[in-house]
Amino acid sequence: MRLADLVTASFLALLGGLVVFDAVRLGTGWGTDGPQSGFLPFWLGALLIAACVTIFFQAARRADGTPFVTRQQLGPVLKVLAPAVAFVALIHWLGLYVSAALYTGFYMRWIGRHAWLTVLAVAVLFPLVTFLVFEKWFLVPMPKGPLEAWLGH
Amino acid sequence: MGIENLLLGFHVAITPYNLFIAVVGITLGTVIGVLPGLGGANGVAILLPLTFTMPPTSAIILLTSLYWGALFGGAITSVLFNIPGEPWSVATTFDGYPLARQGQGGQALTAAFTSSFVGALFSIVLITFFAPLLAEVALKFGPPEFFAIQLLTFSSFVGLGGGNPVKSLVAILLGFILAAVGLDVVTGQLRMTFGFLDLMKGFDFIVAVIGLFGIGEILLSVEEGLSFRSIPTGMNLRVVLDTWKVLPRYRRTFVRGAFIGFWMGFKPGGATPASFMSYAFAKRFSKHPERFGKGELEGVVAPETAAHAAGVAAILPMITLGIPGSPTAAVMLGGLIIWGLQPGPLLFQEKPEFVWGLIASMYTGNFIGVLMVLAFVPLFAAILRIPFAILTPVIVVVCAVGSYAVHSSMIDIWYMLIFGVVGYAFKKLDYPLAPLVLALVLGDLAENALRQSLIMSQGTPGIFVTRPIAGAITAVAIFFFVLPALTPWWRRFHGSAPAPRAT
Repeated sequence: MRLADLVTASFLALLGGLVVFDAVRLGTGWGTDGPQSGFLPFWLGALLIAACVTIFFQAARRADGTPFVTRQQLGPVLKVLAPAVAFVALIHWLGLYVSAALYTGFYMRWIGRHAWLTVLAVAVLFPLVTFLVFEKWFLVPMPKGPLEAWLGH
Repeated sequence: MGIENLLLGFHVAITPYNLFIAVVGITLGTVIGVLPGLGGANGVAILLPLTFTMPPTSAIILLTSLYWGALFGGAITSVLFNIPGEPWSVATTFDGYPLARQGQGGQALTAAFTSSFVGALFSIVLITFFAPLLAEVALKFGPPEFFAIQLLTFSSFVGLGGGNPVKSLVAILLGFILAAVGLDVVTGQLRMTFGFLDLMKGFDFIVAVIGLFGIGEILLSVEEGLSFRSIPTGMNLRVVLDTWKVLPRYRRTFVRGAFIGFWMGFKPGGATPASFMSYAFAKRFSKHPERFGKGELEGVVAPETAAHAAGVAAILPMITLGIPGSPTAAVMLGGLIIWGLQPGPLLFQEKPEFVWGLIASMYTGNFIGVLMVLAFVPLFAAILRIPFAILTPVIVVVCAVGSYAVHSSMIDIWYMLIFGVVGYAFKKLDYPLAPLVLALVLGDLAENALRQSLIMSQGTPGIFVTRPIAGAITAVAIFFFVLPALTPWWRRFHGSAPAPRAT
């Protein structure tokens, strides 16, 4: 935890530096008709740096051996995160509905080891219901791919 | 004076369409409250894009009903699965789960729902009377007063939020910084985009809420090794009626919980400490404190009354001042802005049918809600028997749909994932997420109030101190900001042991 705390605080302080840098570019003082664009960001960034320095020293002084994440914890987390990232990447090519079908099916088979019939049923029905609710009922369009184009949507 | 307004409100809330909307909202909300990784805040966020085409009153009824449903749903998982669906349900597990293990799950659930209803009703009645008065007072507020209230909102996270106050401050600052990214509408300049076109649109709070609370929560729960062991609900009409006969015994606990809940609730982040405080008080005043934690019905009544009273009270500052008291209320406030309503005291004059429709729907919504959860608990509990390998992708897909729907932009889904990882890391490192979301929602409003105040005073920050109302509020805010720094000194002077803080 200690190391993660130090890294996070340093990273956020850098972010604060970036904010201050941009605020200075915009002007942090008084314009012709009120505070300039960089006025509030400048103070936000400056305070962020100050707070992060405080957290950094608080964490540095503390002896804390517990790791941020253990190996046993990291496995399941990555097993959720990696397929989710792949799913979002697939949306670019295949649209949301087909990606959702592939993602749900893959995950159910891989993690849950469900029977193929269950996998197939959920992977087809769930995107289909989502499609009907969003595209047909609420008229909220989702990203679509070649399959939808082929079906004429 | 308020009666005819309330009648007007009921006229709006009791139309068949709006009642139907309330039932849909409560059903979805309860489902969302039961599911791990989906809570009130991101449930409301995911549904928000669907309300863009609805009339605003129906839209707010849908979202508030969802909120009531989520509050009820949190109790179900706490009692039957020992999994608090929401942070304010943690105290409910202390006695709720032992009761369920002793075969009294039905009694515990009936007590939980009834207490929730009583707590909510208490807060709604107070809102009915106080909201117009508060709005009347707030009408005289200018930008400096509004900025001072914003300051007070955020100072209470730092001073009263528990945990590390510096980390709360960092969360607030990050929220404001994220809110400032993109086009500055006042000067027309681009801020913090560093030449990236995608950053021009800025970060939407809906996406942040879905990522931080939705995806982040899933990552956290799989890490803890998710396993659901359900206990039969044991609910039937006889159990409900028998429990209702016993409950009047705890009237003091009800009253105490409701007061604590309301008092804590209209301040931000209040529901969770309120539930713990109410539990602690009930234990202290009980004749049998040793029974608490082993399955005492009063230990369910106390936190649930307070949590629900607080959850409802969070609506009060949202409709009267335009300042939300909880992340869920913050998302609703964002909705108000999207529907073209100006949150704040003017709402009472300009859109009475909206405000009073909302208040009346709080009565009807909670009434329908308590009946629905009492009747359908086994159905809702069955949701958690859906295998984890199906739930996870379904939740992720629903979150992605909600994020995309806001602006029809792919980048928002990627932001959602990034916010998810950030939410996971922040939760582990004890950076609070609620103030971050609140700052992200209020960022533009707060900056405008600050700008207008400074223009009024020609640049001297003294305006926040010299105007009487703003000055008083600023003073309290500053007190809360420095409170964490003062506390160690105070303790040293009095030589008392540091009190455990409820978080």
